Amino acid sequence: MTDSCLFLSLDELAAQVPDGVSLALPKDSAGAPMAAVRALVRRGAKDLHLINVPTSGLATDILIGAGAARLVETSGVSLGEFGGAPRFNAAVKAGAVRVRDATCPAIYAGLQAAEKGLPFMPLRGVIGSDVLAFRDDWKVIDNPFAEAAEDPLLLLPAIRPEVALFHARRADRLGNVWIGVQGELAIMAHAAERTLVTVEEVVEGDLMAREESAAGTLPEVYVSAVAEAPRGAWPSGFLDLYPTDEAELADYARLARSAEGFAAYLERGCTAPAPAAGR
Amino acid sequence: MDCRPEELLIAAIARLLRGCRNIAVGVSSPIPGSAALLARAESETPLRVELLESLDGNSFTRGSVELFDRAAQGRIDAFFLGGGQIDGEANINLIGTGDYPRTAVRWPGSFGSAYLYFLVPRVILFREEHSRRVLVPKVDFVSAPGASAPEVYRRGGPTALVTGKALFRFDADRRRFRLESLHPGHDLADVLETTGFDFDHDPAPATTTGPDAATLEMIRGPVAREIAKAYPKFAARVFPSPGPG
Repeated sequence: MTDSCLFLSLDELAAQVPDGVSLALPKDSAGAPMAAVRALVRRGAKDLHLINVPTSGLATDILIGAGAARLVETSGVSLGEFGGAPRFNAAVKAGAVRVRDATCPAIYAGLQAAEKGLPFMPLRGVIGSDVLAFRDDWKVIDNPFAEAAEDPLLLLPAIRPEVALFHARRADRLGNVWIGVQGELAIMAHAAERTLVTVEEVVEGDLMAREESAAGTLPEVYVSAVAEAPRGAWPSGFLDLYPTDEAELADYARLARSAEGFAAYLERGCTAPAPAAGR
Repeated sequence: MDCRPEELLIAAIARLLRGCRNIAVGVSSPIPGSAALLARAESETPLRVELLESLDGNSFTRGSVELFDRAAQGRIDAFFLGGGQIDGEANINLIGTGDYPRTAVRWPGSFGSAYLYFLVPRVILFREEHSRRVLVPKVDFVSAPGASAPEVYRRGGPTALVTGKALFRFDADRRRFRLESLHPGHDLADVLETTGFDFDHDPAPATTTGPDAATLEMIRGPVAREIAKAYPKFAARVFPSPGPG
């Protein structure tokens, strides 16, 4: 038996992410849940174990800067064309957050193991890197199917996030969520215990009713709650709906270089709603 | 032919991509991305370019997980990696300098390097900054190793290193770079002075060939327009006024 999908406000949605949980976030270009991240900061979230799928930018940097994270599992945290992630970098140097450095396909593989209910997933590559050397939870075995004498193979433990959180284009009133070609969002949701989604709009009808829309839809069976958040990825860009707010990102990159500047940014940026289009 | 330094790099990298059928370009790679688009425009045989960072510039329908799966299937011929540090054995470091984990300087992270370096046959290392800070005797953290023990499954790896000053080829058997050409305006003494690792070279190395008029027109027109979709800031800086079309 499954619970039906809840429709919540942003602040109610943020309350569904208890302190201390593991929280999977997508890469910025695949639907960064920025409005929900601001709601998490407003509610004073703490001790989160962030899992970047497989990388992140502003979302992770803000949560770390706000003191909401104790551990970050990631393949990269960066603001892209706007430079390094300033609060992430500062927190790593200060030892204020632990980093579990990975490589992109290893995070996907861990989630895929969880999707299949498996304890681990093998992956090529990685052997001989310091990424592996510093991961005592990763193991190398000899491929039992190998025809040659030796074939070392990396095994990654399943990653089962307690909560997955992302922003998507639309949901219907049943809780089906349109993710289009962002298939990694489905991997995240399948692997996670609960999935919370913010959407640009809630639409009438049933996205599962026609094959054309069902093919790009995450069925409500995986979706615990939805919050409507127009421009919910701002200031990140979102698909073809709106571009990255370059002025805002540049502002953030400049202010977040210092703890004081970051605090000033939060003061301004986490209490106000996303500005309307055309800003 | 007068051209901007970025345009020279784009043309030089595009030549390294000849013969490829499938090229993938990762994040934060505007010059390699432009080079891949140029290689496609100049190729006489079908050539696919997958720009990871572009909304309509790739054919993935399962997100970026598909890039890694395609690489493992042998469907990607070329990819680009960089590094905050690169050493003489082509080990790359995308993590930071100093003692891990509390590195004195922290960079974003290893991204897909620890995997793609093993699986993509033609990995081109690209780093514009050519200095002893970047090109070091030994990296502080191996995000991805340039070479592997013989028992480790490896079908790919580094083939070349392109910097703002020079182009090197990597000899996988000898685990060593060889200087192939110096970009116009740079000399061997300066490259020896600013490279932190030993490399092989001719007494008088060749000069990297710049783009001819037709290639330059291609770069400033269709390539500039296409790359602007993924890297608007880069395109605005390097190609201030791409032609109409």
